[in-house]
Amino acid sequence: MAIDIDIAHVARLARLGLTDEELEGYKSQLADILEHAARVQSLEGDPHPGSAHPLGFDNAFRDDERRPSLDREEVLSQAPEAMDGFFVAPPALETE
Amino acid sequence: MTARWEAVIGIEVHVELATDSKMFCGCAVEFGSEPNTNVCPVCLGLPGALPVPNRKAIEWIMAIGLALNCQVSHKSVFHRKNYFYADLPKNYQISQYDIPVCHDGYLDLPNDGESVRVGIERAHMEEDTGKSTHVGDGGRIHAAKSTLLDFNRSGVPLVEIVSKPDIRTATQARAYAQELRAIVLELGVSDARLEEGSMRFDANVSIRPEGSDVLGTKVEIKNMNSFRSLERAIDYEIQRQIEATGSDSDVIQETRHWDEEAGVTHSMRTKEGSSDYRYFIEPDLVPMIMDETWVATIRNKLPELPAQRRERYLGQGLDESSAGVLSDSPAMLRSLYDETVSLGADTRATANWLTGEVTAWLRKTGTEPADLRLEPVHLQELITIVDEGVVSSSAAKEVLEGILSGEGSARVVAERRDLIQISDSSALAEVIGHVLEEHPDAVASYQEGEQKVVGFLVGQVMRATQGKADPKLANEMLREALGGS
Amino acid sequence: MTLHEKTIVEAGRSLRSGEVTSEDLLDAVLLRASQTEAQLHAYLTLDKEGAREAAGQADADLADGIDRGPLHGIPIALKDNMCTRGVETTAASQILAGYVPPYDATVVTRLRDAGAVIVGKTNLDEFAMGSSTENSAYGPSFNPWDIGRIPGGSSGGSAAAVAAGSAFGALGSDTGGSIRQPASLTGIVGLKPTYGTVSRYGLIAFASSLDQIGPLSKSVEDAALTLEAIWGHDPLDATSYSAEYPDVPADLDTGVDGLKIGVIKELAGEGYEPAVESSVADMVQSLSEAGAEIVEVSLPTVDIALSAYYLVAPAEASANLARFDGIRYGLRVEGETTEELMARTRAEGFGPEVTRRILLGTYALSAGYYDAFYGQAQRVRVALRDDFARAYETVDALVSPTSPTVAFPAGEKIDDPLSMYLTDICTNPANLVGHPGISVPIGLDEQGLPIGFQVMAPALGERVLFRVAAEVERLAGFGARPVIEELAS
Ligand SMILES: [Mg+2]
Ligand SMILES: [Zn+2]
Repeated sequence: MAIDIDIAHVARLARLGLTDEELEGYKSQLADILEHAARVQSLEGDPHPGSAHPLGFDNAFRDDERRPSLDREEVLSQAPEAMDGFFVAPPALETE
Repeated sequence: MTARWEAVIGIEVHVELATDSKMFCGCAVEFGSEPNTNVCPVCLGLPGALPVPNRKAIEWIMAIGLALNCQVSHKSVFHRKNYFYADLPKNYQISQYDIPVCHDGYLDLPNDGESVRVGIERAHMEEDTGKSTHVGDGGRIHAAKSTLLDFNRSGVPLVEIVSKPDIRTATQARAYAQELRAIVLELGVSDARLEEGSMRFDANVSIRPEGSDVLGTKVEIKNMNSFRSLERAIDYEIQRQIEATGSDSDVIQETRHWDEEAGVTHSMRTKEGSSDYRYFIEPDLVPMIMDETWVATIRNKLPELPAQRRERYLGQGLDESSAGVLSDSPAMLRSLYDETVSLGADTRATANWLTGEVTAWLRKTGTEPADLRLEPVHLQELITIVDEGVVSSSAAKEVLEGILSGEGSARVVAERRDLIQISDSSALAEVIGHVLEEHPDAVASYQEGEQKVVGFLVGQVMRATQGKADPKLANEMLREALGGS
Repeated sequence: MTLHEKTIVEAGRSLRSGEVTSEDLLDAVLLRASQTEAQLHAYLTLDKEGAREAAGQADADLADGIDRGPLHGIPIALKDNMCTRGVETTAASQILAGYVPPYDATVVTRLRDAGAVIVGKTNLDEFAMGSSTENSAYGPSFNPWDIGRIPGGSSGGSAAAVAAGSAFGALGSDTGGSIRQPASLTGIVGLKPTYGTVSRYGLIAFASSLDQIGPLSKSVEDAALTLEAIWGHDPLDATSYSAEYPDVPADLDTGVDGLKIGVIKELAGEGYEPAVESSVADMVQSLSEAGAEIVEVSLPTVDIALSAYYLVAPAEASANLARFDGIRYGLRVEGETTEELMARTRAEGFGPEVTRRILLGTYALSAGYYDAFYGQAQRVRVALRDDFARAYETVDALVSPTSPTVAFPAGEKIDDPLSMYLTDICTNPANLVGHPGISVPIGLDEQGLPIGFQVMAPALGERVLFRVAAEVERLAGFGARPVIEELAS
């Protein structure tokens, strides 16, 4: 099975800013791996299950109770950039 | 062009649930806290953290679904919806995909002569994102210099309710949104405050020639944060699409942003192009089984819903309008209505008092409905003495004030404040005699056929009695004294 | 026997007899680390201060008559993908360089409650993706048996530390064999418990439906004791199961007489190193002589299990690793827009194997390919589970080699992802179905490299699993310890 991969599109979906050269390399590796992985298609059968859990249990809930939140200073101490209690990021959209 | 257009509208509503803790962690659900104080490893998406669903949120979405006549799925699962955004900490949202908690319901809009039923496609459970504030030139998106991120809202339980495209006008859209809000408020599951974003709307709008059953190109409108702007935005968009159709600028499938100030929608296409959310079952969670017993428990706890209530009021003789107004009134007033009516008071009069004078008094004095002190028996008595003519309807308002200020029962207030009508004809006869004596001109005019002077004379009688005369009785007696009717 | 060579059970005995203190045990492993780290690079972080404090506390408690159980006072190492409050946790990735978590993983809390002394954080393949520990952003680990070879992976640092004696035991995580394979390649015991029995809260996720934390240790009994300390329901992990710890120790000496043991047909034959094949066959023979009934069983879906594994794991990983975006913690590479910042941060912060798997997983989930790849892989899991269920109708446990090969030379497979992936062929089926599996060392090949033997059991079948493993350990009589030439320093 020939595997068609729009590697630039995949990298964009995954937010990986790779160079063209890197993309080419990954593209051919992915093609090899996917060719092997495509063997899963030999199986015919049921629709896939609603859960991967081997013990097949359900309804794991918690009660609506509060637990202590984290200390803000400790949280923000790990942030690359913070200001006035906020995390800071560049603008969301490209300036037009 | 001969074609008449009709709009095809579907609404997506996001409702934040007012649980104590968030959807998947124990952080507080609270509006207005200091930024990033209600956060933990789970809702910040720290490495290694895992979600555990809040049972109450699931019960509440079941209640919403049942109130919207939905089926509750026997088994439901969470999916991951993958997209990158700075205010989405894990860069995926835990949401639902092909097996939502609730599906296939409907909502009947408050009846205005024609009955409109809006289908409900689904109601699913998800988590809210954090909040981005764009700062920079004018704070506008396109000129933003940076984004401040607060994750207090991240992980707040969010119910998304998707209607079928059964809505045809902006007015219906508004009615739908308002009815939904009334329902979630009745269920007590959300503050549903539009201005705080705890209830948010998106609308999908397309147009087609009237009578056609093809669907036109769909445009999604975002950023309407009041019922009024929902209505305006849809009206604007329908008009824009009608104008665009056939012209060079055909309608394209896109998302448009409602600009409240300018009163227009504008395109908010991003570089992203078509999205691919790569949904797959959330492997950190196990399936939810909503068996019949559980569903029945929730169903049995449902309160009377606005539509049922309006129906009941109509059955009690209220008209559409007062049934609607009363139904939307605070719970305290509604239970006062029920209790007063159960004492035998007239339903219309009771509803009028509560939605009229009592509501006005609450507003005027800034009293919370819950703090209202009004004995049903006092209201009933007030209605009775008005009906019996013991007090005039204008004096009755003063009596109500006295009751609400704690001065006692209706009769006691009326007496203490000296508001009892003079309905005794011998007492009135004396006053009338004096009035006629003092206004011979008026008497003469009447005798020349000038009927309307009776009104003037009644006014004089009222004045002479400081408003305590029964005006109806005064009128009758005056005419008699003036010589026939 | 020098102190660092003791098992947890032996060290605990010495501790309680008053022969040694917890501080002595800590000194022994730290000394050993100082002698071997230059060659092995088993650790990313040694928390000497924290460990010293915990050891002092353990000694004080014991003096006060407080005994927290078998792990009390025992120096244990943690794979660096388990969060430790206040101690750097990187998952061997550049993207988490310098990251200090504000909370402890549940297993960390449980170890502390059990009195264990946490020595430090061990090396791994970045985000546990790999089978050699060469994919660490901080440099590879090496095998104590031959420092020119890899220790296996991804829990290679934990395996090397335990095999070398720079920890008495360690925790690893196993997504497709990442505990069992390095244990096999370093001559120690490695256990992947039943999925859901050990909390994953605080384990930096690779593939959520496959990841499971478990012990690496010098003996089967040590593994059982460590498992007991970390086992059990955690309200912070919705996939964690509430099952009582099975009475494993009661069965450790029971032997295999009367048990039916299945040899998996699909995990034998071609592709296995001759020494591996013959040692495993010999052990099967010994088990038979010890009273087990040996049956050959076929699990046809095993043939495509690895393909399913290399779709499911990367797919889940692609979402799990999306959170590393340069906004809230970890590395940031600046950009004009959030999107640019994220793309640059992630391209810079992730190594090639992680990048490859993210791309693979993203592809397998993307529109138009989901059904053919991810969806189909999930079907394979169902079919595989059915295969195992059928097998367990007739047998009590299943056995196979742990790894088709012994430890391979560093660099040999690093540029050939597919051949690296094939080293998981015997171990990943247990992950796909969530069943427990354990690797027990059974001998050395002619080059002196360890060979591991895998035992598998049904979900929650830890008791029979350990019963067989303990017998394998007795029959193998594997007592060899690696000799590490100290580098002149
Ligand atoms: Mg949504
Ligand atoms: Zn939280």
